[in-house]
Amino acid sequence: MLSWANFGSQLFNGLALGALLALIASGLTIIYGTLGVLNLAHGAMFMLGGYAGYASYQATGSFVVGLAAGTLAVGVLGVVLERVIIRHFYHRPHEDQLLVTFGLAIVFVEAVRWFFSSDTKTVQAPQLLSGITNLGFMSYPTYRLAVVGICAVALLALFFVLYRTRLGMIVRAGIEDAEMVDSLGINVDRVFMTVFGIGAMAAGFAGFVNSPIVSLAPDVGEQILVQTFVVVVIGGVGSFPGAVLGGLIAGEIISLTSMVNPGYAYVMLFAAMALVLMLRPHGLLGAKGRE
Amino acid sequence: MKHTGNKLPFNPNRRSLLGAGLGVAGGLALPGYVAQAFAADGPPIGTWPAGVQGKEVFIGVAVPRTGTYAEQGEDELKGWQLAVDHINGGHDLIRKISPKTKKGVQGKELKLVVADSAAKPNDAVQAEQRFITENKVILMTGSTSSAVAVAMNKLAQREKVLYTAGISGSNDTTGKDCVRYGFRQNFYGETAANAIGPVLLKAYGKNKKMAFMTPDYTYGHTVTKSTSEYLAQHGGWTMVTNQVSPLGATDYSSYLTNIANSGAEVLLNVNWGRDAVLSTQQAKQFGVIPKMKLAIPYQIPFLAKNIGAELAEGVFAATDFWWTLEDKYPLAKMFVDEFRKKYGYYPEWGAENAYMSFAMWADAVEHAGTFYPPEVIKSYEAGRKLQSMVGEVYIRKEDHQLVRPVVIVRGKAPKQMRNKEDFWEVTEVVAGGPLMQKPDAFGCKLGDYT
Repeated sequence: MLSWANFGSQLFNGLALGALLALIASGLTIIYGTLGVLNLAHGAMFMLGGYAGYASYQATGSFVVGLAAGTLAVGVLGVVLERVIIRHFYHRPHEDQLLVTFGLAIVFVEAVRWFFSSDTKTVQAPQLLSGITNLGFMSYPTYRLAVVGICAVALLALFFVLYRTRLGMIVRAGIEDAEMVDSLGINVDRVFMTVFGIGAMAAGFAGFVNSPIVSLAPDVGEQILVQTFVVVVIGGVGSFPGAVLGGLIAGEIISLTSMVNPGYAYVMLFAAMALVLMLRPHGLLGAKGRE
Repeated sequence: MKHTGNKLPFNPNRRSLLGAGLGVAGGLALPGYVAQAFAADGPPIGTWPAGVQGKEVFIGVAVPRTGTYAEQGEDELKGWQLAVDHINGGHDLIRKISPKTKKGVQGKELKLVVADSAAKPNDAVQAEQRFITENKVILMTGSTSSAVAVAMNKLAQREKVLYTAGISGSNDTTGKDCVRYGFRQNFYGETAANAIGPVLLKAYGKNKKMAFMTPDYTYGHTVTKSTSEYLAQHGGWTMVTNQVSPLGATDYSSYLTNIANSGAEVLLNVNWGRDAVLSTQQAKQFGVIPKMKLAIPYQIPFLAKNIGAELAEGVFAATDFWWTLEDKYPLAKMFVDEFRKKYGYYPEWGAENAYMSFAMWADAVEHAGTFYPPEVIKSYEAGRKLQSMVGEVYIRKEDHQLVRPVVIVRGKAPKQMRNKEDFWEVTEVVAGGPLMQKPDAFGCKLGDYT
């Protein structure tokens, strides 16, 4: 079991896992960093992206249409939610924010269960990407390989928005000091709405990309949410590079521990989180003063 | 962050509850009647006699309707519902299994109260505890997870309310965690291993390397232990890896990477429900299948439908029941016909197990002539031979396990399928008695009657 071949395989496996976690976590972290709302419905949005994409994919037969539909649907939902519900909670205690987003998650999960039942839905990878690729040291599902690329592209796009646009500058400034941004006369309200929309889109996008790998079920979001939180804590709350780094670290920890004993994969993940919290309470790339 | 708000209690209508309530009140208001009941049977115990004084008696069902085992849970639920319909109506099929049944049980109409357990022991126990208090249920069932079955066993013994297991494959359910108040109809790890073991040795030869995928709870561990020990002792097979995953895992890439690098020749997948579907599909994506031969020691209802016939082709599995047994057993034919008429698909073994477990309970009560639990238990323990969908069966009194055949099936090639649900070919029906361990081998101590 502890062979170099297996080590190489698991290392690569960790990268694939980590890329996906990084993408989901980046959505969660920018929402929390900018709005100060810990969105417990993020996992449910991940799940909704999968189902919205699945329904469109079924209807049109096009994976790309499914991906676009899943992403946009959740993005729009995010904007609507922010306007109708979330914005009324910005100035309320964190417990209220947790409760309302947790409640929304339950509503979304049960709604999907109502329309799609509890049964697992299998989502086929696009024809071009199904099959197995021989990497020399291991055989790897082609689609999973592609997911690494897809996630990298999506993360680059997020990077571009955050670091090369005016909006991104405001968002990053807002993460550092929201009051100052507000007093400079910037319409924080609209920025918040956009950020929530973008964060939701990232979750929805990841949700559909992930669906051919593990199939769809109403509760897929619950498990991923826990891992995503760990990633955000490790990487540093509010930090986009932290989410990427945290995602990759989490992916590798899960994968490499699994090589020795899969039973300890999550133990090690949480141990790593505890270690980070002890040594760098703000996360690896987080900064003091951010909430 | 698990959701806890997804219970779907299925309450009987208000009128029937009121009716039952009135019946109970009426019974209590007639001390003469109660005294007579005591004289015949014994002092009150569990929900007896309070639960049997109306025109109706309630059965509490805690079955997964959400989560990893939801699809299998729904199939089981249909089996129980059909059994209740048949018992209440005095259907021919039920009377072939329980000859003393007329209509209802002891003249009482059966009513189900149903809750979603999500295959979690806590949820199941809470739901049943509520049914005991509110509905005075006289029988409990449910479980599509042995973790639930074991927890329910303990509840049954503590509350002195009978429990008949739903799907439960662990050796422990009628082994070290057996109880006087619990009974199991279906096959389990040890009988599965002893039935499928010789088949695998014959098909794949001696001295093979085997890999296991095992869900991390009592069912997984006991099935893997029984199966791997059989293959090691009788065929010299060696276990090169055992990948243990939590119930409800979705991504099996790390486990499969280990298996791909293990040099195994046969992959025995003990995962169940959705876990089995996902791990098998992903095994194919990682090229583990067809490089390794796949075997399923403990069959999963709807597995073939979900993974597709191509992937199931040639795969050996041990199971409780498969619908093509209708060609061999008249009762199976009746059951399959009735089930299809009502639900529009061929029943899987969860439904068969569910139906049969209620029929056996009805038979035990009718023979006891009372609902008084200690008498019903003794009636179960009398070891009467019963007819079933797989021939003659009986309850082993030492551990409350039904002695019944194990069915070996093999995945059909898609072009051999007679219809779109004809996934498996029954290759053998292995007599149950010789497959079982000695009654005390797994540490069963049944406990008290009262």
